[in-house]
Amino acid sequence: MQHYSGFGLVKHALSYHENWQRAWRNPTPKKKYDVIVVGGGGHGLATAYYLAKEHGITNVAVVEKGWLGGGNTARNTTIVRSNYLWDEAAWLYEHAMKLWEGLSQDLNYNVMYSQRGVMNLGHTLQDMRDIHRRVNANRLNGIDGEVLDVKQIQEIVPIMDCSKNTRYPIMGASWQPRGGVARHDAVAWGFARGADALGVDLLQQTEVTGIRKNGNKVLGVETTRGFIAADTVGVVTAGNSGVLAKMAGFQLPIESHPLQALVSEPMKPILDTVVMSNKVHGYVSQSDKGDLVIGAGIDGYNGYGQRGSYATIEHTLQAIVEMFPMFSRVRMNRQWGGIVDTCPDACPIISATPVGGLFFNCGWGTGGFKATPGSGNVFAATLAAGKAHPLAAPFSIDRFISGKLIDEHGAAGVAH
Amino acid sequence: MLHIYCPHCAETREEEEFRPKGEAHIARPVEPEATSDEDWGNYLFFRKNPRGLHHELWYHAAGCRKFFNVTRDTVSYQILETYKVGQKPSVTADKGAAK
Repeated sequence: MQHYSGFGLVKHALSYHENWQRAWRNPTPKKKYDVIVVGGGGHGLATAYYLAKEHGITNVAVVEKGWLGGGNTARNTTIVRSNYLWDEAAWLYEHAMKLWEGLSQDLNYNVMYSQRGVMNLGHTLQDMRDIHRRVNANRLNGIDGEVLDVKQIQEIVPIMDCSKNTRYPIMGASWQPRGGVARHDAVAWGFARGADALGVDLLQQTEVTGIRKNGNKVLGVETTRGFIAADTVGVVTAGNSGVLAKMAGFQLPIESHPLQALVSEPMKPILDTVVMSNKVHGYVSQSDKGDLVIGAGIDGYNGYGQRGSYATIEHTLQAIVEMFPMFSRVRMNRQWGGIVDTCPDACPIISATPVGGLFFNCGWGTGGFKATPGSGNVFAATLAAGKAHPLAAPFSIDRFISGKLIDEHGAAGVAH
Repeated sequence: MLHIYCPHCAETREEEEFRPKGEAHIARPVEPEATSDEDWGNYLFFRKNPRGLHHELWYHAAGCRKFFNVTRDTVSYQILETYKVGQKPSVTADKGAAK
């Protein structure tokens, strides 16, 4: 793998940047792999990368029906934080956060991780009680967090309407300074390049059409490029997990919904943090190229069509304009929908399945992006050992039978 | 924007008047005490989530405030029929949808 550096940039400038090495190969599938990862998004590519890097398993294929990072990785609002309420979730997301902090160095690829802080606003007394509780829980878990009053909020975000003249006046906020944003495409590309360099085969334009089993043991996957065998298969296909589970002959406690986001025209830097509000329900940050990245809730009904409804756009923009009246005349450039697999307790499933050798990593709902490196890391460990990584163990599918749910609706940021 | 025919109001109204309430035809276990944890889990949490035809429960929140069922395609979002709770759908995935 060609090492990226400032010196390399200067050197390649002399040949007009025409001699850069390809970031990853485009191999033909082998007959058999040790591990197949289904889904070439951020989580799948991270899984393959950590399998090769931390567990020495390099005979790995990532099978992707479209192109790398073309699904939900390309369709989110790029926010990274770890301020979850319950221990199990907080540990998992904090694990991811720690990996984020060294990710660009680790991958030798600039994922543009920017720790600009994440603010969750409170608009009611109950919001403020929940915020105090969550910040205290975070600090007990060694996760940074503070409760801000209105004056402090106004200092950090001067353009926000913190007056009492709004329908739901802002009363305070939780604040996680280590949170921020990362460049979503770079995350996928960085993991892809890193995995490829370690010998992982990235098979694009290869759709899984079936899962072959012998009795209760997985044999491999049927694809549009023929059958590929493997002893271990890890499925990381957000938005289609239910479809894949059906191919393997079981059901998941998951419902798929469209979640949409939109970006405005680019403008000069005006907002240098991430602002989220659960109550009026919108969240906004400004990307490095200047556009406002705006998101809100999921459509209430199940859907696989990657688009959202007008009603949700209106609801979202009402919230944004309520918080930032000065954005009322900003034009929106693009809108898109991703399909999120939501679990009844707003927490993911990282689990073995009724089929031997088949593992699922799914159900991240509306908050999968922030977990990308951590999710891949614990799932790789799970696939390598054949049993759950300690951080992944509470997220077993069994919790929907035992009732030991991890109810994170309050910290999920999006109602679902 | 979906346009939904409410079988109680006998009128087609815009999506915003309605609230989706998830999968339809989910029967509560008849004998709670004799029901295993697994069956309770299935009843509470496991849903069909099909890619294609889906029977779902809707609530006419800003209208008659009654519940009814909808048969809808989850890929095209086309609504194929609406019917009252207690009735059976005339369009099902195995019978084939009206094209």
